[in-house]
Parts: sequence; C-alpha cells; structure tokens
Amino acid sequence: MVSVPKDFDPRTYDPVEHRAPLVLGDHDFHTVTESIARPVEWKPPIGWYLVLAASLSLLGLFGVAIGYLVWEGIGIWGVNNPTSWGWAIVNFVFWVGIGHAGTLISAILFLFRQKWRTSINRAAEAMTIFAVMCALSFPTIHVGRIWLLYWVFPIPNQMAMWPNFRSPLLWDVFAVSIYGTVSALFWYTGLIPDLATMRDRAKTRIRQVVYGFFALGWRDSNRHWQHYEKAYLILAGLSTPLVLSVHTIVSFDFAVSQLPGWHTTIFPPYFVAGAIFSGFAMVITLMVVCRSVFKMQHLLTYRHFENMAKIILLTGSMVGYAYAMEMFIAWYSGNPYEQFAFLYRAFGPYAWAYWIMVSCNVISPQIFWFKKARTNMAVLFIVSIFVNIGMWFERFVITVTSLSFDFLPSSWAYYSPTIWDVACFAGSFGLFLTMFTLFVRYLPMVAIAEVKTVMPQANPHHASGMTTATGGH
Amino acid sequence: MARHKEKIFGVLAQFESSQDIFRACEKVRDAGYTRWDAHTPFPVHGLDAAMGLKPSRLPWIVLVAALTGASCALLLQWWTSAVDYPLIIAGKPLFSWQAFVPVTFEVAVLFGALGALLGMLGLNRLPQHYHPVFQSKAFDRASDDKFFISIEAQDPRFDTSKTADMLRSVGATHVEMLEE
Repeated sequence: MVSVPKDFDPRTYDPVEHRAPLVLGDHDFHTVTESIARPVEWKPPIGWYLVLAASLSLLGLFGVAIGYLVWEGIGIWGVNNPTSWGWAIVNFVFWVGIGHAGTLISAILFLFRQKWRTSINRAAEAMTIFAVMCALSFPTIHVGRIWLLYWVFPIPNQMAMWPNFRSPLLWDVFAVSIYGTVSALFWYTGLIPDLATMRDRAKTRIRQVVYGFFALGWRDSNRHWQHYEKAYLILAGLSTPLVLSVHTIVSFDFAVSQLPGWHTTIFPPYFVAGAIFSGFAMVITLMVVCRSVFKMQHLLTYRHFENMAKIILLTGSMVGYAYAMEMFIAWYSGNPYEQFAFLYRAFGPYAWAYWIMVSCNVISPQIFWFKKARTNMAVLFIVSIFVNIGMWFERFVITVTSLSFDFLPSSWAYYSPTIWDVACFAGSFGLFLTMFTLFVRYLPMVAIAEVKTVMPQANPHHASGMTTATGGH
Repeated sequence: MARHKEKIFGVLAQFESSQDIFRACEKVRDAGYTRWDAHTPFPVHGLDAAMGLKPSRLPWIVLVAALTGASCALLLQWWTSAVDYPLIIAGKPLFSWQAFVPVTFEVAVLFGALGALLGMLGLNRLPQHYHPVFQSKAFDRASDDKFFISIEAQDPRFDTSKTADMLRSVGATHVEMLEE
C-alpha cells in the first residue's frame, strides 16, 4: 500500500521535479525577456557581419547559377540519360527533410507535452521555413523553362489542359508548398506575442512601427490568449499529420515508380524517420553555434541537447534498420532486378557513396548511447555535421544509383555532377544561411512568452511565487 | 466625477505575479464584473476558469474551414480529371478517388490552418492597433513580466473609486484610470 504524504497537493505536485529545470540559473520573467531580446536589440558582433557577408556571397552564387541555368538550360548540370534526376532532386529531398524538424518540434512535441521544446521551437521553425524555401527552389529550376512553371498549378490556361492529379509529382507540389505555407502560419502565430514584446521594448520609432504593425495590436489579453492557445493547439494538431504526410508524399515520387530500388513500401516511414533525423541534426548544428554566440546557455541547456541527441540516436537507428530491411527484402523478394539494384548500391561504382551514407547515418550517431557524448557540445556539433553529410548522401544513393542502372544494361550511364551542380547546392546554403542570419538579428530566436510558461513561478499555484500587495520583485 | 464618465475607458491595475493575478481574477469574477480583462505576458494556466470564460468557439470555425478545403479539393480534382479533361491514365477510372486523397488532405490542412489563424484573429477582433490600455506607460511591461486587470467603465458594476479600491484590496500594486 502506497501512502500519500500528509502535505500532498495534487495541484503543486510535480512528478518530474527531479529533472533539470528548463531555464537554468536565478532568472525571473524580466531577465528572460532581456536575454532573448538582447541579440535583436544590441549592435551585433563583428562575426555576425562576417557570416552575413559569406552567406550573401553564396546567395549571389546561387543567383548566378540559376541565371546561367535559365539562360542555357539544364544541360549545364551533370544530368544525363538515364540519370535525369541529379543533384537538383537530391538537394530538394535533402532540404525538405531538414525542414521536418521544425514542425516536428513545434507540433508533435507540443501535443506530447514535451515542455523542453519551448527553447528551441522558434529557431527550428524558422529553419524549417528557410529549408523549405531552398527545397522548393530546386524543382522550380529543374523544370528548365521556369516561365512555364504555372503548368503544375490547376490554373485555367490557353491549352485547355489540367494537371494530372494522379501523379505523385503533383501531390508533391501541393504537399511541399502547403507545408511551407502552414509552417509559416504556425511560426507567425507563435511570433505574435513576442512581436508585441519587441514593440513594447522598442527604443526607436521605426522598430515600434514595424514590430507594432506585425504584432497586430496584441495586448496580452487573457480573452485573446484563450483563443490563441486554442489556435496554437489546433495548428499543432493539423501540422502533425501534415509533417508526416509531406515526406511520405516526397517518398511517393520514388516509390510509386516501377524502378528497382525505388519501388518499395518501406519508403514512406523510412523517409519520415530520415527527415526527422536530418532535421534534428541541423537544429543541433545551428543551436550549438547560437547558444554560445548569443549567450543563451541558460535557455538552451544540456538537457535540451541531450534530448535531441536521443532523438538522433533513435531515428538514426531507424534509418539503419531501413537500410538493412531494404537489403533483406531485395534478397527475399527473389526479384533479380531488385537484388541487382541493392547489390550494386553497396558494391557497385557508387559503393563509396553508399558506405559514406552508412558510416555517417548509422555508425556515427551510436556514440549517443553515452551520456558524456550527448552532453558534449563539440561531439554534438561534429556528429550533427556527419549526419547532415550522411543524409545528403542517402538521397544521392537513392536517386542516382537506381537511375544509373535500370533494367537494360545498354542504357546504363555513370553520373557525375558539374561545377554548376556544386554552385547550385552551395548557393542554396547561401539562401538558407542568409535567411537564418537575418532571423537571429531581427526576431527573437527563442519563444519569449512560451519559455516563461515552463518556469516554475508561472504556475499560479506555485508556493514560492506568492507576493504581498506591497511586495513585488 | 460623473461629467468625466464618458471619457473614461476604465481602470487598469497592476499585479506582480501569476499567483496574485490568479486570485485577483477570481475575486473580480465573483464580484460580478463582466466587461473586464486580464493581461499577462504569457497564458497563465487556469486563468480562463478564474475569469469565468466560456470555451473558445474556434474549433468549429476550423472544422468548417477544413471541410470546405477538402470539398473544394475533391471537387476540383473530380471536375478537372473526370469532366473537363477526361484522360485515361494507367487504365484507371476517370474518378479514381484513391489517387485524389493526398491533395484533398493537404488542402484540408491548408484551409484548416488559415481558419485557425484568421479565426483566432477574428474572434479576438485583431488587428486593432489602438486600444486605451496602451496609454499606460506601465502597460509596456504587460508583455514582459507584469500582470494587469482592466475593468471597463461600460461595466454595469463599474464605479470609479469603488472599483479601484476593490482592485487595491485584492493585491494591485498600481492602479490608474484610462481615458477613452
């Protein structure tokens, strides 16, 4: 028989009290606001300008590469027949995968009441939106004649034709563009109260007007918070199946085709696990840097990184399982084309790419079985970079090996990228980093209002927070 | 006092902690006020009940929006694929609804999300860039670390001095009048 302590109060009892707090140090609400608003309000360090300059240079390279592509056509890339999907599609899947962590953190972890998400969700959602922008640019330029892109949308046109809604490629147009839109809506909803905070703190007229305009006159009213919290919950509920559907549909681009190596039912869950895996890796990459540059060690604590490392370990093992299962099914199916595709993947001319993928994605995250590794920023950073590399190679292996060696040996061809493939990929990092650099400078990178809700004194029944009428902090 | 009454929007009281505002809201609710509001830097857990608010109607707006999205998407796919531009692809029926599920779902989510954000703003009567509470200098801290209650002069129980006294008695550290 378990006895209940005499002073037991179900309202104040916290079963997870023994865990590390989510905001470290002796902080009150005001110091939390101050520390998050600081990077937005202070003169940025010289390093910020250097990063912005480097990012803008890469963005310029992206512009040049796209300009030349539009001028000359996609023949400037290494794509050939049969490998008609080269780096552009690899990059597309790479970026859209990275874009999955943001909504996973903001939606799924919200529904599971994982309070540790509050410190990282804003930056992760921003990362999502910027990654989706990079992702969308690749299919856009891959069509070659980009002025005809409107053909993919159901717009009445002079040809009296409609797009084919039975094609996974069209599903993808809807899935990714709607994912980007809903992520932006979700992000903006979360930003409204923080924009009001920035408005109320504004020292210059221009800041007051710009933040005030986008804060929509938010006055922190509880009647508003009521609808706001409901809206946030619903957006989380809508985004959860959305985020799972998006990478599922991306995988349909491959799985619905008849090509050996693509035509497998494991693709949807395998792609989703890989997307979460790569997205969390990118969150760690960015947050390790932001944490020390913007002095947010009290908000982005070891506990946050440890949890993310555990998710990396879990999803990394899931993709490892998927690699093994693909091999097993190829053998077990008895289909010689399928068997050949996987044998050639691992031991053919692209074996180097396959084994880079396996080492980075399956082997490197295993270090996270150790708590010492999960709480070491250098290890976290290095492994997250490995995972980013490995996940790019995963998409390369899937896309290129299957296309290069299809049914007829007479149509086989080895694929190599050109300098313009490299320029487009490097350039997309320019777009991503430019957006992220501007984001950390002009918007609060941690959700100010949300972080306050996970502090113990936010609880209206928390004993230590009682003050007298004349007291105050 | 009475001749100024049209010009007065109401009274604004400041509190120092979420515990204080929670108890104060319970008192204001029990005193029978109806046209009043609490302002907190973050949503305080349980404050809706302490204020006596009814549940939000937002889920119904989102449901209607999402169903509208799903219907529009399905209708569009049926009309374009089976009526206006009938094209047999892979020997499938013209209205092969299974293939239309992904787009139907995605558009339902899009409409639902737009319904959630726009519905929330509509229910909150936002954007509203001017409001009398913004006159108060102290109110800048409402989005930082202070907690406020505003009671409107329109409230039938409102009385300039008695309401202010009541707010002081429930723990307000600062009380001021707001003009319209």
